[in-house]
Amino acid sequence: MNSTPTFISTGQRSIEDLFAHGISKPTAGHRAVNFRLNAPYVQMYDIVKRFPGVLACDHVDFDVRRGEVHALLGENGAGKSTLMKVLYGLYQPEGGRILRDGAEVTIHSPTDAIHQGIGMIHQHFMLVDTLTVTENVALGLKSSRGLLLDLDRVEDGIRELSEAYGLQIDPRAPVWTLSVGERQRVEIMKALYRGAALLILDEPTAVLTPQEVEELFVTLSYMKENGYSLVFISHKLQEVLAVSDRITVMREGRRVGTVSTKEMTRNELVRMMVGRDIILEQTRDEVEVGDVRLRLQNVSARGVTGQQALRDVSLSVKSGEILGVAGISGNGQRELAEVVAGLRPHSGGSVEMDEVTINDWTTARRTESGLAYIPEERMHDGIVRDFAVSENLVLQEHTREPFSHGIFLAFEYIARYSRKLIQDFYIKTPDIRTMTRNLSGGNIQRLIVARELSRQPKVLVAAQPTRGIDIGAIEYIYSQILEQRDRGAAILLISEDLDELLALCDRIAVIFEGTIMDVLDRNETTAEELGLLMAGVDPANQEGAQAGVPAGAQA
Amino acid sequence: MTDELFTISTLIGILHSCVRLATPYLFASLGETFGQRSGVLNLGVDGIMLMGAFFAFYVVFEGHNLWVGVLAAIVVGMLMGLLKAFVSVTMQALQGISGIGLYLFGLGLSSLLFKTLIGSVEGVSGFRQVGIPFVSDLPGIGHIFFNHNALVYLAYIMVPVSWFVINRTTLGLKIRAVGHNPEAADTLGVSVNGVRYATMMIGGALAGVAGASLSIGLQNVFQENMTNGLGFIAVALVYFGSWRTVGVLAGSLLFSLVNALQLWVQALGIPVPSEVAVMMPYVMTIVVLAFTARQIQKPAALARSYERGE
Repeated sequence: MNSTPTFISTGQRSIEDLFAHGISKPTAGHRAVNFRLNAPYVQMYDIVKRFPGVLACDHVDFDVRRGEVHALLGENGAGKSTLMKVLYGLYQPEGGRILRDGAEVTIHSPTDAIHQGIGMIHQHFMLVDTLTVTENVALGLKSSRGLLLDLDRVEDGIRELSEAYGLQIDPRAPVWTLSVGERQRVEIMKALYRGAALLILDEPTAVLTPQEVEELFVTLSYMKENGYSLVFISHKLQEVLAVSDRITVMREGRRVGTVSTKEMTRNELVRMMVGRDIILEQTRDEVEVGDVRLRLQNVSARGVTGQQALRDVSLSVKSGEILGVAGISGNGQRELAEVVAGLRPHSGGSVEMDEVTINDWTTARRTESGLAYIPEERMHDGIVRDFAVSENLVLQEHTREPFSHGIFLAFEYIARYSRKLIQDFYIKTPDIRTMTRNLSGGNIQRLIVARELSRQPKVLVAAQPTRGIDIGAIEYIYSQILEQRDRGAAILLISEDLDELLALCDRIAVIFEGTIMDVLDRNETTAEELGLLMAGVDPANQEGAQAGVPAGAQA
Repeated sequence: MTDELFTISTLIGILHSCVRLATPYLFASLGETFGQRSGVLNLGVDGIMLMGAFFAFYVVFEGHNLWVGVLAAIVVGMLMGLLKAFVSVTMQALQGISGIGLYLFGLGLSSLLFKTLIGSVEGVSGFRQVGIPFVSDLPGIGHIFFNHNALVYLAYIMVPVSWFVINRTTLGLKIRAVGHNPEAADTLGVSVNGVRYATMMIGGALAGVAGASLSIGLQNVFQENMTNGLGFIAVALVYFGSWRTVGVLAGSLLFSLVNALQLWVQALGIPVPSEVAVMMPYVMTIVVLAFTARQIQKPAALARSYERGE
């Protein structure tokens, strides 16, 4: 049973080779990057931004032209968002210059940026959801009536822009009633209304369904044709290749290079991004599927705010099988994971592990009986941030021999055990006594994975296990999940990343508004089909299901 | 004897008191509404009221015009609001604790100033009842609603004014945004701290007037701790009113009604222990807060200080 990831080498071409075909090298000084086509609209030179202990932007150059989509590609923590937050005035750089149309400008605040025609669509939408669309757009603007609001005029303006750019929004709707796609349109509207000529989109597709992504790309290409400059921040290669004209790759705060999209392949980009080859497609060995290990029968549960979050959910996972749960965030995934982990009471149905009903078992008893849980909110639910690494590693087992004797902790054993896990799971930490909050996201996730998987669980619930972590850690976590499967664990993998689900799972269930829409075999489905189901549309029975579809999910 | 409570004239008397006694509740809780809508919980209202009450009284006691007294209360209230803003907005101290600090500061300072500058309990002639022409002659209703002093009328005028400011002005939009999602407001160039300073000063001014309405409007004396925790009830009223001006109005009237009843029960000599009667508004506060747990309208960023960053 060979389950280690295989690396396919694309040939040892160095970054220098890549520069050979039409790729501009990072300029050391203040020399403009020469492209004949269009003059740059905004240029950033030699930007330096430091955070305590980190050089987030290390003398970075960047430029964007009129009528182009310039993608900013890099792993989490590569400095992409920081660079753009400097441009938007949210951060003050320690060094560097910003030019617009060749003239130097100073941007000390978002207000300055807006005056310079720069707008930003943040990764987490910056909307006040108790206010209406119009109020959100009007916020912070000078009113034509002085101290009084002029919402009717703003509303007219929104309607005009809506028509001009095909951005469908109801100006009077309170934002909390809108779908994610609609909220993004409100964000774009906010920037357009303020007269932005340059729009920075920070990971705009992270929260969208595949269909909404396509709609966004149509909007972007339309804006591009109208002379808008667009900066597209992403770590998703396919999207960057699909939507951009040029790509700037960043790694560890430095600019690796700026390239023309047409001349790049996926593998070349990965090499620029990571500095080595990475293959996320894992080799999957066929594994004998065993008995049902985890079964949910007609489970219903309420969410945090008391809404019905799960309705009659029935799922079963067998030994040696990975069952994926696809869905847009907030459709009951979190509640599903918590019900199985014993963190949330369910109002109906039953949860069984190895054919034993565990409805009223505490989380501790479930854990002891072989359930492992990798929670979605790793910083809140996965670790205690102000605990040492070793303390977090023994959180579950610290009351048992040999981790403790009676009421006393066995420090020496815990230390030895922690060092072993740190080594086995490649957790990068200065020391076992380091505060866990000081580790990177990827290393915190490795820590949680180490704690959960070292117990050789029978059932593993992994909720968004790779969200927001670096590609190296993702690769490692994939291999670990597959190893657990091969060992015979039953795995429930909850994810919003369809590529991830299609790569790892044997079967994929799609959840929408707390209901399981369908459970599909990985070999018999496509991302498109899953995407439709995620939006609440049953592809097999389109007319029947349309009524339940939120407006934003429709074309 | 309880029959006396149900005669028409007693009823009119009670309702008249109710409308009148709502004045300090209204000023203070409307002021607190501004603060809370912008995300700042000010538990120091009572302290600000005491300071406002003292300065208004002192200015009038020294022979100045009543309106000068009100102005003094506004200025002192704004200064107290400024102090609260500095501590909780700029220095980002925990809002609850710093509010209690502000209360104790106001309580102590107003008592000290009272002892050194005045010394004994004195009276002044405060705002007088002014019947509004024509309508004040209406039977019953005229006395209940249109026969009060200027500060009472002003308190009720402040209800639509506050509503208008919060819902129809650019400042109001900023206040609502900052209280619910300060990050979003910041990215649009709204100064989160600036807005919060403004609401703390508006709230302080209104709390100051609330104090003045006691010392030169309703009671016309100053005593140490004369508010008896009224400022805390005002904070509770904002929760009770779900952060809406009309809800705050309803809450103020309900509490002043209980207060008025309590006073009339005592005045009529109905055999209820006076302690029990005096307790009623406070018991009400607890009961009301326990049963108004629905906090859908609650500003999401309430009592959270804002710091830009990742």
